[in-house]
Formats: sequence, C-alpha cells, structure tokens
Amino acid sequence: MPQENKPSSVPPKKDKQEARRDFLKQSSAVMALALAPPLVLKAAQHDEAIAAVFEKMPVNLEINGKKMQLSVEPRVTLLDLLREQLALTGTKKGCDHGQCGACTVHVNGQRINSCLTLAVMQEGKKITTIEGLSNGDQLHPVQEAFIRHDGFQCGYCTPGQIMSAVACLHEGHAGSPEQIREFMSGNICRCGAYDNIVNAIMDVKNGGQTA
Amino acid sequence: MNPFSYVRPNSLKAAIDAMARDHSARFIAGGTNLLDLMKNGVTLPEKLIDINQLPLREIRQDGNTLHIGALVLNSDLAAHELVKTQHPLLSEALLAGASQQLRNMATVGGNMMQRTRCTYFYDTSMPCNKRQPNSGCGAIGGINRMHAIFGASDNCIAVHPSDMCVALAALDATVLVAGPKGERRIPFTDFHRLPGNTPQLDNNLAKNELITAVEIPPHPFTKHICYLKVRDRASYAFALVSVAVAMDISDNVIRNIRIAMGGVAHKPWRLPDAEKALTGKAPTSDNFRLAATIATQGAKTYAHNGFKKDLAFNSIQTALLKAATA
Repeated sequence: MPQENKPSSVPPKKDKQEARRDFLKQSSAVMALALAPPLVLKAAQHDEAIAAVFEKMPVNLEINGKKMQLSVEPRVTLLDLLREQLALTGTKKGCDHGQCGACTVHVNGQRINSCLTLAVMQEGKKITTIEGLSNGDQLHPVQEAFIRHDGFQCGYCTPGQIMSAVACLHEGHAGSPEQIREFMSGNICRCGAYDNIVNAIMDVKNGGQTA
Repeated sequence: MNPFSYVRPNSLKAAIDAMARDHSARFIAGGTNLLDLMKNGVTLPEKLIDINQLPLREIRQDGNTLHIGALVLNSDLAAHELVKTQHPLLSEALLAGASQQLRNMATVGGNMMQRTRCTYFYDTSMPCNKRQPNSGCGAIGGINRMHAIFGASDNCIAVHPSDMCVALAALDATVLVAGPKGERRIPFTDFHRLPGNTPQLDNNLAKNELITAVEIPPHPFTKHICYLKVRDRASYAFALVSVAVAMDISDNVIRNIRIAMGGVAHKPWRLPDAEKALTGKAPTSDNFRLAATIATQGAKTYAHNGFKKDLAFNSIQTALLKAATA
C-alpha cells in the first residue's frame, strides 16, 4: 500500500514552548490570586502549561487557514470548540464516542475524530473542517463527486464522510472499492449510501471521468 | 464531562513528578479510550497530565531490536517501512484495529493502557467488580456473548480488545517503563494481568509509572505470518476471536512458532502448549487440528459465548494454514 512519507520523530518546536512559557508567567500569577490551591502553585514550578478546574486556558489554533487565539476549559473537546464556540456547525456530533465518524476533521492534514480529543491538546495545530475544504464557491472535487454520485440521503454523516474521503485519497488508501470500504469504515452512514460514497471516491481517484 | 485540571509537562521527569503529586490524575496521550470513559462517568480523574510534549515519538533500530517510542501513533507504526518489512504481523494487527481516524490518534502506550472492558463496565447503573471492586459482575449472569473463554475468574469475564497487543505478545516484545525509582523492563506477556481477585487492575504498571517504549527483539517471522480477526461486521469492530500466527518453516518442518489470541481473555492470550505441539512438526492440516484441540481444551464458556470455543478452534486452524501457505 502506498503511504505518505512521514517522519518517525517529530521534535517539539521552540516557538511553541516559548509561547507556553510566556503564558505560564502571566497566568500563574492570575491563578495564584484567583484560586491559590497549593497543589497548583507547586505544580506550576515544574509544568509547561497548566489550568485548574473550571479555569479557561489559552489555545492557539489555525482553523481553516485562520490563526486564532482562543480560551477554553480543559474539558472542552475539539468538536465542541468548533461547534459551540466558533459556530462551525458543519462538523457534526453523532455518537460523541468515536464510533460514527460524523465529527471527522483534519489536524495537520491527518483525519481524526474531533469528539475524542481535547481542544487544549491541539495547541499550535492546523485544523481543517468541512467549511475550510472549498475554495470560495468552488467546491472541493470530493464534494462535487458526492453530489454527482448522490453519496448521501439525510446528509448528517456527509461532512465526516467527505473529510474522511479526502484524507483516504491523500493517504493512498483508495486503490480499490475494497480498500476504500476498509479505510472508510470509521464513518457510519445509517441511510446506507455506502455504494454511492465508494463510487464518488473512486471517481475522484480516477480523475473524475467516470461520472 | 466532569471538570478536571490539566497540565502539559515537557519532560519525562516533570510528568512522573506531576503524577506523584496527585494520584487521582491520569496520563493522557491520544485520549481515544480515556475521554470516552470520562464522558460515560466510568473514570473521573481530577487532573489530566498531557504527555504529548514528551520526546517518545521515535521508531529506531537498535542493533537488531526495534525500538518504538510510546507516543508513536498506531497509523504511523503500521505504515513504517521497518515494521512492514521486518514485523509484518504487527502491521497487519494494527490495521485490523479501530478506524484510520482512531489509529491517527491512538498511541502505542495508550493502546496498551486501554481498559480491559465490557458493556457492564461502561454501564454505571450495573454492578462491575472492575469499575467498583466487590460490587459484583453483571456479565456472568447477564449478556456475555463477547466475553472471555480463557483465564477469567468469578469476579470478571471481560476481554482486552487490542489487536496490536496480540501481535506484540506473539513477538515477545518488551515494555520499557519509567517511574520515580528509574526505569524497568517488563516482558510483554507479563504486562497485562488476568482478573483473579483484583479485576480492577488490567496490568502490572504501577500508578506512578509511565510506558516509554516497546522493543521487539529480532525474530525470523517475516514470511509465514497471519493476523486473522473474526468480528460481527467486516471492519471497525472488536474481535469475537482473533489469532496471530508467526512461524518459521524450513524443509517442511516448523522450526519456530508463536500463536496468540485476542478477544478471548482479560489479556492477550499466548498458546504455549499449541506452540510446543507444533514445533519440529510438519505444517499439515492434521497437526494444525491437533494444535487447535490442545489450545481450546481449557475453554470455559458462559450462557451466550459458547460459540467462541468453536470459533477459536476453527480460527486457529485457518490462521495456521494461512500463515503456512503465505
């Protein structure tokens, strides 16, 4: 199977560490005044970044090409941040437990379930949602193929299916209908549009000529 | 989710120190099992220690040993050239597990630390000795179709759902862990536990220890391998039964063989007696049938999982045959 070449080791970037240190300097004083639990104060001497219960912490993300400085509670998932705080409701909440794939987004180009990661864990990452896929009014080829092949019925799973399909093609996992079915298995469609979804992906893989 | 505090240490020492200060804390890497458990109120840590800044993402060859950092993603490991060529059983097992989205999040250490579990463990309205020691087991007299047929106890019959761990058990991997007293090594097959009287413990990692790496020693298993996973749907489901087979055959004789199973026990289940029975023998259907008989002799089934004994008997033979003819 062809695979994207990825480095097996990703060294931490200096600029991010420095940013966190700056945050720590600012926020530890604020925290000391606001909360002053001894554990937190002691921990702050050792840890890079820290947030107490209910305390919001800053997180820097690039979302659909736009750099954002946000503030979230640690318990907020990436999915809830996108939907509730940024009104990017194209990304759907289906099961909220990583079983359905409706919440699929790209982080640094890789597809993940946004319901099973915390927003604060994505510090410094580039997030792409379904809203960031098209180029203005020009739909992404996978979006066009889904329309052409009727790759949906109710449409609720569709943003996740499309984000997953784009990544599946990019990974080189769309070599055959069988391989597409295997590598798209994390996206459930309860309307059962699977045949058309596979056809849409095959169509893009083959250069959009088979419609 | 219940609220919790969050720290993101940038060194191994800081991570271990953070855990030492607060025993209700949990380490988080990919979070694919932990956050799920937290959303269900099964696990309620007061603090999460995010270990993603730690330098544990390397895959490297140390002599003939493959060193895999604990934070290597399941998808990266499955696709790594050294794994595909030298340890194809591991690559196959990884790709049989979860979905590509989850493999892009899940780490090697996290895969090992995912809870041995069943639906009663997840359902906080039901008794479960693993979630709440001495509360009873909902599964033994309940719906137990997915449950263990080997090594269970009267306290717990849940199974460990990992595929990766089944391959690592077969390949005699070693787990490297770090704690306040320094580092230690644990043979992979001793890492996870059987339930016994302490089903709340899935493994032998101490509370303040952290997995740093897994090592796979050199082995001859690059050709005759098979990871067979039998499940309720074609993809993206836990195994009813899975079988990992790696064998070295020359002159029509099995020189060396490893067999391990998933979905049948509280931990990855090696089959030493079946391995012994096949070592030095010819790779024939008759010998494979004998090995499968030996392997399933001690199976204990419950009201709804009786089929698993037959499924295991058949799956072992199929996996052996596939590996032999690979």
